[in-house]
Amino acid sequence: MAEEKRIILEYADQINPENAGEYIKVGGYKGLEKARAMSRKDVIEEVKKSGLRGRGGAGFPAGLKWSFVPEAPVKYVVCNLDEGEPGTYKDRIICQKNAQAVLEGMAICGTAIDSTKGYIYCRGEYPYVVDLLNKAIDSAKEAGVLGDFDIEVRMGAGAYVCGEETALIESIEGNRGEPRFKPPFPGVEGLWGVPTIVNNVETFAALPYILSNGGEWFAGIGAPKYPGTKILTLTGDVNNATYFEVPTDYNLRDVIYTLGGGIKNGKKFKAVQVGGTSGAFIPEQNLNTPIDFDSMSAIGAALGSGAVLVLDETRDIVDVVTRIAKFFEHESCGKCNPCREGTFRAFELMEIINDGLGNAGDLDTLKILGRVMKNASFCGLGQAAPIPIQSTLQHFEHEYKRKFL
Amino acid sequence: MSNYKDIIASVKDTRGGIIEAFHALQKEYNYIPAEAFREAARVFKLSEAEAYGVGTFYSYLSFEKRGKYIIRMCESAPCHVAGADEVLKALENHLGIAVGETTPDGKFTLELTECIGQCQVTPVITVNSDPIGNIDPQRIAEVLAPFK
Amino acid sequence: MINVTINGKEIQVPRGTMLLEACRQAGADIPTFCHDPHLQLAGSCRMCVVEAKGRWNLLASCVMPAENGMEIETESPSVVEARKIILELLLARHDLSCHTCERDGDCRLQDYCYRYGVKESRFAGEIIHFSKEDPNPFIERDYDKCIMCTKCVRVCKEITGAEAINVKDRGHHAAISTAFDGNLADSTCVFCGQCIMVCPVGALTSKVSMGKGKPYQVEKVLTTCTYCGTGCTLELNVKDDTVVGVSSNRDERYSPVNQGALCVKGRFGWDFIHAEDRLTTPLIRKNGELQPASWDEALDFAAAKLKQIKEASGPDALAMFASARITNEENYLAQKFMRAVIGTNNVDHCARL
Repeated sequence: MAEEKRIILEYADQINPENAGEYIKVGGYKGLEKARAMSRKDVIEEVKKSGLRGRGGAGFPAGLKWSFVPEAPVKYVVCNLDEGEPGTYKDRIICQKNAQAVLEGMAICGTAIDSTKGYIYCRGEYPYVVDLLNKAIDSAKEAGVLGDFDIEVRMGAGAYVCGEETALIESIEGNRGEPRFKPPFPGVEGLWGVPTIVNNVETFAALPYILSNGGEWFAGIGAPKYPGTKILTLTGDVNNATYFEVPTDYNLRDVIYTLGGGIKNGKKFKAVQVGGTSGAFIPEQNLNTPIDFDSMSAIGAALGSGAVLVLDETRDIVDVVTRIAKFFEHESCGKCNPCREGTFRAFELMEIINDGLGNAGDLDTLKILGRVMKNASFCGLGQAAPIPIQSTLQHFEHEYKRKFL
Repeated sequence: MSNYKDIIASVKDTRGGIIEAFHALQKEYNYIPAEAFREAARVFKLSEAEAYGVGTFYSYLSFEKRGKYIIRMCESAPCHVAGADEVLKALENHLGIAVGETTPDGKFTLELTECIGQCQVTPVITVNSDPIGNIDPQRIAEVLAPFK
Repeated sequence: MINVTINGKEIQVPRGTMLLEACRQAGADIPTFCHDPHLQLAGSCRMCVVEAKGRWNLLASCVMPAENGMEIETESPSVVEARKIILELLLARHDLSCHTCERDGDCRLQDYCYRYGVKESRFAGEIIHFSKEDPNPFIERDYDKCIMCTKCVRVCKEITGAEAINVKDRGHHAAISTAFDGNLADSTCVFCGQCIMVCPVGALTSKVSMGKGKPYQVEKVLTTCTYCGTGCTLELNVKDDTVVGVSSNRDERYSPVNQGALCVKGRFGWDFIHAEDRLTTPLIRKNGELQPASWDEALDFAAAKLKQIKEASGPDALAMFASARITNEENYLAQKFMRAVIGTNNVDHCARL
């Protein structure tokens, strides 16, 4: 193995993503055609059979999520293209290489849950992707492939928290992007109070291939409990910092040394952060781990968005984590106390330590604060914000202590 | 200055579309003028306090006048390890302003941003949302030359 | 009905009951800042978190429906740890001038810090200060004491309907604000003071009562507002036989009409009570000067004059202009009096103006 496996990106740079015709020529919209010939229940069953789990980070089984949607006169399909997780750009790549697959996946979901309206919530940092998607939608409509399924693109405006599905819904409604409490879950009461399925771009993009090749085919790829492929974006101190689509049983060490071409400038590896800025830092001894959701969880990490940040031996990990703490301070929505005040104080403490003014008491404070943020925060942002600090305190505490004067 | 009322009217049928209106206004003026803000709140049937809460939530929206070109330096972790701090210093030196400021000629505003999703070419800046990657502190003058 | 076990005690609650309600039913005292039974749920202060067996994180009991078979601990070590840290985080941004605070003794932040033994905060960093400047005569806004429960925002929108304030910005910089941080007088604020009513700390207080008595120094006298016929219940705050303020009684049993909600007059317009020039007896003009009289004297005088005018110039020479400060029933009697006793339809009412 140790090779890429391209499903979603198979025709990357060979077809124009805006053009539905070119996509159809390489087998596009067959999955939707098939889904429309099936009963709604059978479509959901097929997706369940594929074992497809959400690619946004939480890893929730897609078919199961769809099966919770109750009957209602109006329902929505929402595509989460708010990828704000630093180091992540896979959803942009999917759109720029294979936008039609995303549209087809949304329409398949629409068929399964009986919805005729989809929204794509695209982050404000990608205005050029919004333009691309609008052209892709026009082309698909012209080709008549979407049938009565309508797709509208909405734009975020610089708020990481809107990647959380209920905050995203609030933002589409024109509100502050603050998360809602769950239950009720969006599948029951979502956008404008009606049943809404929110899935990630990559999840939708996998659906056409699942429908056209069958759920069993997909379930046979990669890790059995998290099957399929995953698009990774590799950044930091590697020779080949780019994106890859790999089967989900792909080994983390191979990501860095085979695809990534090893550490830059002949230096040694120090740590890798998987899953974006909210992910855990993983030391050398845990590198021989498959990247799938459960294997990552087992070593206290998370596959998350699939971003992989590699640090070489010369990197100051406390400095990097301080920068990450500032990210969360900047992106906390401010709704709940543990996250609003906690991200602010965590950044303050990290700065003190990074500036050489910290002491062992500060580490204790970070530990207890991190625990409370994880336990008591309103949404995933505050719950995950302490992970980079906690994981580096676990594996690299000596680097913190070295900073003490 | 084109009419802000027309800009807002062009998105008025978008359900919950006040953020779309703010985007459209910023595209024209580079910020959201108070007068236009009030009109947007009125059209979308929000109280001014509510609309202000929405507008100030999102870091890409601004109620303060900004330059013709908004330069944003990404400071997220991948750009940070690729040397974003040095690039930022070089930008401040080159423009003669600090982060958050606008050059006296009204041409450039310098801002910080979190990840803009162009991490294959770190460090990255954007000029009015167009990304420019692999920025070297030495290259600043050359990169900004087309906007002078 | 479903079964839930709270601190080892099994109880039955209807499906859909929030854990907070279930816990209280089981006798557990759950602290809250942002929860208010009359407002939409926020679930944001996280003080009400409880531990549910088998869950990796704590649950905010105010927004979490009880599930059958749940086993809940309301004061477990991790619950107490979370509450203490949340209190410390709030203290770190709070202006701790309790000695001069209007809410000293009636402050949830004080109460919970006392309950959990939180003497000081381990988070000793920057404190963001907010301007207190708002030259309105009624509402003191001291956001250095704000704990961001957002009850003021919700009550302004959901009960008063003014939507004068909202949360602005985000994260640690978020604050309660009118549009463009303007003064309340320039906003849609109607100065009802419902925001003061729901504020759990000293961030919003009455300027009219400032310095006149702490909550525990005043006696609260339940009465009915005299400003109009609505009949709102309010509490006069009395100290040394002097009214020093008005507060809300939100208990439906005592305040069935308004459940604590008041208008600017009821909440802030009580200075007439002890006004020097307040009329305390009827006055009759004698020899060109108004002179005190008894009620019998005054009523006899008025009746005689009405009779005299009616006889001399006919009933249509008289008119009655009634007040909105009396009740509907009294207004009914007033028009009845004019039509049946005096014999004219010349009746009008100030509410028509």
